[in-house]
This record gives sequence, C-alpha cells and structure tokens, in this order.
Amino acid sequence: MSEKPKVAWYWCASCGGCEESFVDLAERLLKVFEAVDIVFCPVAMDFKREDVEKLPDGSITVALINGGIRLKEHEEMVKLLRKKSKIVIAYGACSAWGGIPGLANLYNLDEALERKYLEVPTIENPKEVLPTKKIIVNIPEAKMKAELELPEPLPVLLPLDKVIDVDYYIPGCPPTPDVFWNALQALLSGNLPPKGAIVGASNRSLCDECSLNETKPEKVLVKEFKRPDKAKPEPNKCLLAQGFLCMGPVTRGGCTALCIKGNMPCTGCFGLLDGIVDYGGKAISYFGSILDYSPVEEKEIKKAFDGIPDWIGTIYRYSLAASKLSHKAGIKKPKRIKEVVEI
Amino acid sequence: MSDSKGEFEPKIVVYACNWCTYAATDLAGTSRMSYPPNVRIIRVMCSGRVDPQFVLQAFADGADGVIVAGCHPPADCHYIEGNYKAYRRFELFRKLLETMGIEQERFRLEWISAAEASRWVQVVNEMVAQLKKLGPLKPNLEVRE
Repeated sequence: MSEKPKVAWYWCASCGGCEESFVDLAERLLKVFEAVDIVFCPVAMDFKREDVEKLPDGSITVALINGGIRLKEHEEMVKLLRKKSKIVIAYGACSAWGGIPGLANLYNLDEALERKYLEVPTIENPKEVLPTKKIIVNIPEAKMKAELELPEPLPVLLPLDKVIDVDYYIPGCPPTPDVFWNALQALLSGNLPPKGAIVGASNRSLCDECSLNETKPEKVLVKEFKRPDKAKPEPNKCLLAQGFLCMGPVTRGGCTALCIKGNMPCTGCFGLLDGIVDYGGKAISYFGSILDYSPVEEKEIKKAFDGIPDWIGTIYRYSLAASKLSHKAGIKKPKRIKEVVEI
Repeated sequence: MSDSKGEFEPKIVVYACNWCTYAATDLAGTSRMSYPPNVRIIRVMCSGRVDPQFVLQAFADGADGVIVAGCHPPADCHYIEGNYKAYRRFELFRKLLETMGIEQERFRLEWISAAEASRWVQVVNEMVAQLKKLGPLKPNLEVRE
C-alpha cells in the first residue's frame, strides 16, 4: 500500500472556528482519518515545531493554514510550512483576506494594544502590563530567573498570500463542513483546479442559492438601510428588498445561505466573486445603486448612509486586510512594545 | 514622479464621461487652452460606469489623486440617471477615504459639461496645486522590514 498523504494544519490569528468546522464533519471525520496522516496540528495534537523541521522539504502533501498573520511567529511558521509542503491552502476568511482580526488594520498597533490591554471594560490591568519581547521572571523559591520570549506582533495583520505563496483558498468564516468536504474530495481525488482558485465553493453570488431569491424584485430600490437588531424582518421575503443590508449580491455562494435561513442578512464571509478586486469597493458600488434618491436630495442620501453604523465593518467585515488600501494610511511601527521587562 | 528640478509632480487619473467631460477636455484641446500635464484621462461611457473599485485600483497603483467627472445633474446625463448613481456611490466612497486616513482633496467628483472647457482647466489646475501641497500618496507605508 502506498503511503497516505500527509496533512498539516496550523492556526495563526484566528478564533478556532475553522478547527470547529473540521470537527463538524462528524462521521465523515473517520473517513478523513482513514485517508490521510495528520503530521502537525497544534490545536489538537502534541507536535512541536521541531517535528516539522525534521520532515524533508516537500514531504507534506497539504498544509491547511487558518487565521491571519499577526505575529512574527505566524510568519516564521507559515514560511516553514510552505517549504515543507506541496500544496498550501488558505483556510477560512482570516487566512484568505484577513477576516475580522484584519479590521484592526484601522488602528496603529499601539492603539490596538492599549484598547485590548487597558481600555476594554472587561479588563483589569492596574499595573498596565503590555506585551513585551522578553520577560524575565524572578522565582525566589528556586533562586533563579526564567526568561520568556514572546513573539513580536507585526504592525498590521496580513492575509496569508502576502507572506507566502498560496495554492488554493477555502472561503468562509468558518467554511461550512460541506465546503470543506467538497474541497477535501477535490484534493484527495487529485482533481485540482488551476492554482490560486477557490475550492469547495461556487462562483455564483449567494443570491443564486438563497431560498428567498424568488421574492427579490427585478430592481431593488430602498429608501433606508435597516439593521437586524433594530427592525424585525418579515419572514420569507428577500431581506434586501425590505431594506436590510444583505451582502448576498456581492458575495460568493457556497454556504447555502445559512445566515439568511436564520433571518440574518449575509455579512459576506465567503468573500469576493471572481472578477471582483476589492470587496468593499464593489459593496459601495452596490449600495449606491440601490438607494432610491436623486442627488438633489443630498440630506436624505447622507441620512440613509449614516444609518449604517459600523460601515467599514459592513463593507469590509472579512476583507479589509486584503483590500486595495489594506490598512489605514500612516500606520507606524509600534512604540509601546518594550524590549525587556523584569517581574 | 518629479520633474527635472526635482519638484513633486502628482499623477492624477481622470475618469471622464464620454458625453460631457471628455468632450470638454477635447474642446480645451481644440481651443488651445493649456493645463498641467499631470492628468491621465480614461474615457468611460458614463460616470455611472465608474466603480469605486476603479478608483481604489488607481490609488493602489500609484495615483496621487483621482477625478471622476460626468454630466451635470439633474437632466444632462445621456443615460438619464448615471450621474445620480455616481453621486450616491462617491458620497459613500468619501467616507471610506476618510476612515482609511486618505485626504479628501485626493478625490473629486465633478460635473463638467461639453461646453465647459474652462471649467475643466480650472479643475485640473486646482487639483494639481492641492496635491503638490499634500505630497505623494503612500497608503502602503513601509510597515514591514
């Protein structure tokens, strides 16, 4: 019997939802284990970096990498995995386009660290401890000092393909088990699409597979944008036609419109369709097209757009880091990260 | 870009509508009006055809400023309401530039009719002067070593 393909699975700046999608394969998981050998998976198994380093170059068949690149450690690990793997797949929205952690690219890292470690209402940090590169810990009982080196954060979050060469993308936040399963089938059967393609999802917009598509009028025109937390959508009627900002028209299909089945407008986690270069740009184009005011009604137009509160979060929820502007202009290297702290 | 004296010369990408603004630029030429050579004009059929992605792409590829220009509202548009659509889109687009820390002066939406060659020259002159003050656009500062 020939050797089973080796699979590595690594996480960078992510929430763990992508791993969850793997577990959600349920019984199909057994088939996955039958078919492949997992050689590296820090979330579930005790493998160390040395184990990967020992493998010969190109010996891993597929490396699945989820999460955005936020730390030097992530950068080093994905470069190592790239060297050891034949195929690298950006798994999930964070890895492919930065995802939700990518929204931090609207801030300097100093601002982000202050917010995270000092300002948020749930944090208690009277000594104002912030991450440092090296911490020296005194242990009086053992009469010794221990040194801890922490991975340094990068000034902005980067999608995987800005750090290493990526072969395929599996979209979604997280990818649904079915999407993952489809992609896995394609990989195991060797029936591979051209490099750089999205695997497992469709290239039609989400509306194409939405159950409410039949109720979508030919020309959608709205007077105001509604929010699902402020207004109750009518069931079984296109959410967009009701004024809820559904990202369906500009989003790739493949999830079978799960959120919409739960009365929640699409937020765009399957990302860009082929031919779109900037998700937010396309979204702006579409918002402008459906708003039913003439330019002389400037106040009404402004008011309608002001009705979108976190509007960068609306148009770039999963793709700010991969957008054309990618981060706020003028982001500088962080000042507040100290070299050494002794405690 | 800089001229022979080393002074910064901004690059401006212009999306000009076929029916009004492009005709105005043409008229400026045939009337032998002079204006700075910093503009690169891209003729589009309608300002309503200009997708905000085009503008983002221009900025990402090194433009220091972008002008989208079309027919005067309410009734000049050859396609009835293309300019209305452009207006609504770029109203929202300006908010994006603001959030991403890009100066508002780098983007202009202008209505210039086929007869307004002098208005075209004025817009270009103003924009060049503003951009010279602002300096080059560097959205992708060197954030990585």
